[in-house]
Amino acid sequence: MDNFINRIFSKKPSSADQARDRLRLVLINDRTDLSSEALESLKDDLLDVLSRYIKIDPKTMRIDITQEGRQQRLIADIPIAGPVSRKY
Amino acid sequence: MSAKVLTITSGKGGVGKTTATANIGAALAKRGQKVACIDADIGLRNLDVVMGLENRIVYDLVDAVEGRCRLNQAMIKDKHIPDLYLIPSAQTRDKTSISPSDMIRLCNELRSDLDWILIDSPAGIERGFKNAIAPADEIIVITNPAVSAVRDADRIIGIVEAEEKGSPRLLLNRLNPEMVKQNNMLSADDVVDLLAIHLLGIVPEDRAVLISTNKGTPIVLEEKSLAGQAYRNIAQRLLGEEVPLLDLDKGSGFFNRISRVFGSGEK
Repeated sequence: MDNFINRIFSKKPSSADQARDRLRLVLINDRTDLSSEALESLKDDLLDVLSRYIKIDPKTMRIDITQEGRQQRLIADIPIAGPVSRKY
Repeated sequence: MSAKVLTITSGKGGVGKTTATANIGAALAKRGQKVACIDADIGLRNLDVVMGLENRIVYDLVDAVEGRCRLNQAMIKDKHIPDLYLIPSAQTRDKTSISPSDMIRLCNELRSDLDWILIDSPAGIERGFKNAIAPADEIIVITNPAVSAVRDADRIIGIVEAEEKGSPRLLLNRLNPEMVKQNNMLSADDVVDLLAIHLLGIVPEDRAVLISTNKGTPIVLEEKSLAGQAYRNIAQRLLGEEVPLLDLDKGSGFFNRISRVFGSGEK
């Protein structure tokens, strides 16, 4: 009955969904040897470098690691807000 | 004849490597192939007891490698199926007593007289595992639909690919179709999607496996067992035949449940 009530009143993902989602992240970490903190700091560094050339709104920038077969891919989608005003 | 060397490995222990080795070996031999199964888990000998041959061991793998016996003296003939042999592991030695090159040499010596050499790898990614994959022409990675087993399988696949052994094939063991249906177990699609390798076969969870292992007989000899059928299909696929995956849903049907209540199909 507990199970039944839980299913009706909460939108908790099933245990198989949780297993799949957790594994997806763990496998990316294992394969790339990149923790989620390391990925965050990669994003920050990337933002620093890119900002020297173009104007970027960090809120619109998306950087993710995706899986294609057994190949990991770093996908960056970075809308350009405008040119950096150069100082002459 | 020039045997194909097939290594069965997993990373994690307890997912069914030894049972799979014994049953794939038995299923291949049942189809007229000449097969030797090598237990490469030195110090933790188990394939002998799963195959029901524990009382017939005189010489073992390490004896053969170190020249204390001829290779064919270490080959124990199976008692159920003709043309099936076991080379047992040494129980009182450790993994360092043989090297990857010893395994390559041993398999090369055996090749001309056999169709298949199956190697039961130890768990882990150390020396014993390296010994087991060194002579392999093909590798089967076995896993269960559990987070720990899938994660370890992924590590193993990465190592196998880095060693340029080609892409291994996946054997998903102990899938429970009822739990998958309730969304409480990773499905075969989930596991294949996560690991991204070719699926060789799915073996459903089946109480008959433990029962036949208790008796030291392979499950492939139980015509009614779904797991036995799954292993027979895997052997056919290894022989290049196209066999569709088992319809596992019928195992949870009404009549099957009734027959389970009355204990039939579990002799």
